[in-house]
Amino acid sequence: MGGNAVMTFVAFCIDHQKDIFNCLVRHFQLVGISVAAGMLIAIPLGIFLSRFKHFALAVLRLAGMVQTIPGLVMLGFALLLFGIGLPPALFVLSIYAILPILQNTYTGITEVEKSYIEAAKGIGMTNGQILRKIEIPLALSSIVGGIRTSVVFTVSWATLAGLIGAGGLGDLIWTGLSTYNTNYILAGAVPSAIVAIALSGLISIIQKSITPRGLKGVSV
Amino acid sequence: MIEFENVSKSYGESKVLDRLNFRINPGEFVVLIGPSGCGKTTTLRTINRLIEPDGGKVFINGEDISKVNPVQLRRTIGYVIQQIGLFPNMTVEENIAVVPKLLKYPKEKWQPIVRELLELVGMPYKENAHKYPSELSGGQQQRIGVLRALAASPPIVLMDEPFGALDPITREALQEEVKRIQKKLKKTIVFVTHDMDEALRMADTIVFMSGGKILQMASPEELLQNPADPLISEFMGKHKGAPGASLTAGDFMKTRVLKASRKTQTLQSVELMRKRDVNSMIVVNDDDTYAGTVSLDTIKALGKAGKEIGDMMEDQAPIVNLNEDAHDTFEKLYTSPVGYVVVLNDDKTVAGLITKTSMAKAMGEALWGEMLS
Ligand SMILES: Nc1ncnc2c1ncn2[C@@H]1O[C@H](COP(=O)(O)OP(=O)(O)OP(=O)(O)O)[C@@H](O)[C@H]1O
Ligand SMILES: [Mg+2]
Repeated sequence: MGGNAVMTFVAFCIDHQKDIFNCLVRHFQLVGISVAAGMLIAIPLGIFLSRFKHFALAVLRLAGMVQTIPGLVMLGFALLLFGIGLPPALFVLSIYAILPILQNTYTGITEVEKSYIEAAKGIGMTNGQILRKIEIPLALSSIVGGIRTSVVFTVSWATLAGLIGAGGLGDLIWTGLSTYNTNYILAGAVPSAIVAIALSGLISIIQKSITPRGLKGVSV
Repeated sequence: MIEFENVSKSYGESKVLDRLNFRINPGEFVVLIGPSGCGKTTTLRTINRLIEPDGGKVFINGEDISKVNPVQLRRTIGYVIQQIGLFPNMTVEENIAVVPKLLKYPKEKWQPIVRELLELVGMPYKENAHKYPSELSGGQQQRIGVLRALAASPPIVLMDEPFGALDPITREALQEEVKRIQKKLKKTIVFVTHDMDEALRMADTIVFMSGGKILQMASPEELLQNPADPLISEFMGKHKGAPGASLTAGDFMKTRVLKASRKTQTLQSVELMRKRDVNSMIVVNDDDTYAGTVSLDTIKALGKAGKEIGDMMEDQAPIVNLNEDAHDTFEKLYTSPVGYVVVLNDDKTVAGLITKTSMAKAMGEALWGEMLS
C-alpha cells in the first residue's frame, strides 16, 4: 500500500467518521457488556470452585471445551436460539469472556499460600473475612490478568458479531469483505487492533497500581 | 488454665492423640517436645479448635471449649506458626493490628498498641510500621508474627516451632525476647519444638510426647535428672551432662595435659613447659602411673642443668579419681594450692587435669551444647 493508499484511507475515514465512531462505540458496548457479564459469572464461580475443589476440574474442563468451539459455530447456535441482532452476539461473547477470568480466579485463589490461610484462621478470621481480607487481595492481580486476557479476546471476537447484525467494528470489516473495499476492512481492523492493544495496556497499568508494594516481585 | 481431659484424636486407623490428660497453669511456659509425628501440632491445634478431638474435652479456665464459638475462641488465643504467615498484602502495622481490628477496636486504641509492641522488640514504629513483610528479614518477620499474636492481649499464646526456620543466632535472640515478653506480660505460652536446647532454655514445664501419649511432664531439671523413658534420655543426648545430673570429675577435665617421665632433665622440662605456655607439668613413673607435679618456679629455684625432675617433685596437687563426684571435685579444685586438680584413672595413670577454665568450659557446653566449642 503506497502513500497514495494511505491518503485515500485517511480521506475515507474522515468521510465516514460518523459511521466509524458509531461502530467503535457499539464495539465498546459489546466488549464492555460481555466482559462485565463474564466477570459477574466467572469471579463468583471461580471462588465457589476454589471452595469445592472436587467440582473444579470438571467445570474448568467443560469451560475449556466450550472455548474450543469455533466462534462461528457458536454464533450459529446463538442465532438459532436468539435470532438475529444484539442478544446472540452478547451471549456468545460473554461465554468466551468467562473462561480466562474463571481460570485465573480459581488458580489465583487456590495458589494463595496455605500458611496465610492457616494463620488467618488461627487468629480468628471467619471464612468470609479470610476471603475478603486475604484470598481476594492476594488473587486480585491474577484475576485482573484474567480480565485483561478476556478483554483482548473479546475485542477480536466482537468483530464476528457484525456477521449477525450486532454492529461494531466487525460491521465495517464484513462490509469491506463483501464489497471488496479495502478501506472498509481497514476502517474496522485498524481501530479494533488499536483498541485491543490500548485496553490491554490500560489494564496492565491498573493491575500494577492495585498491587500493594509488598506483593511486587513476590509470587503468591 | 488449660486442661486436657482424655483428649483423643484419630485419623482413620492411626491414633494421633491417645487419651491426653494434663493441665497448664496460668503464666506457665509449657514446651511440647517429642519425635516428629508424635502429635505436638495436633495437641496445640486442639487448644484453638483448629482441630476437633474425637474424644475427651479441653477446658480453658474451666470452660469446655467445644461449647465456645471457634472464631471467638481464636481471637482470645494468640497463634504463631513456623511459616510465620504474615499477610503479604498488609503492612507491618496492619498485620499487628489484624486481631484488634477483628475485635472492632477503634484506631485510637489499636495504634498505640502497635507502637508499644514494636517498641518491645526494638523495632521503632516510624521505621517499621509501614513496611511490608517482604521488606523485613526472617527474624524481623517472626518478631512481627509474635507481636500479631500478642496484639489483642490474649492470655494464652500458642506457638508451633516459631523459630524453626531461623538461623541459630536470630533464633536465640528471639528465644530470649519471647521469654522476656512472656515474663513481663505474664502470658501462658504453649510452645512446640523438636529442639531440646530450646525446650530447656525456655520451658517452665516440658511435656515430652511420643506416639500421641505423654511420656513425661516435668520441669527441665527434673527431666534432665530423672528422664522417665530411654527415648527421653536419647532425645537429650548431649544434655545428659547438665548441672545437677550425676556428673563426675571426668566430665570437666581437659585431657591434653603435659606429662613427662621423672627422668626428664631440667632444661628439657623448661623447654617443654615454655612451648606449651604452662608453668607446671605432671610427672609420671616408668609404668605411666602418676608420680607428682613439677613447676617452673621449683626448677628455677632448685634445679641445675642435667638434674632429673623426679628429684624435685611436689605433691600439693589434689588428686581425684575419674569417677569422683563433681561436687567433691569442685571442693578440691577451689581449695587446691596449685589451682588445679589431677584426675587419675583407676590404674593410677593420668586421665587429665581440671582447671577453673576447663570446668567453666565444660559447664558451658553442658548448658549450651556445642556452641562454645
Ligand atoms: N490431616 C491429617 N490426616 C491424616 N493424618 C494426619 C493429619 N494431620 C496429622 N496427621 C498425622 O498425625 C500425626 C501427628 O501429627 P502432628 O502434626 O501432630 O505431629 P508433630 O508432632 O507436630 O510432628 P512434627 O514434629 O513433624 O511437626 C502424624 O503422624 C501425622 O502424619
Ligand atoms: Mg508439628
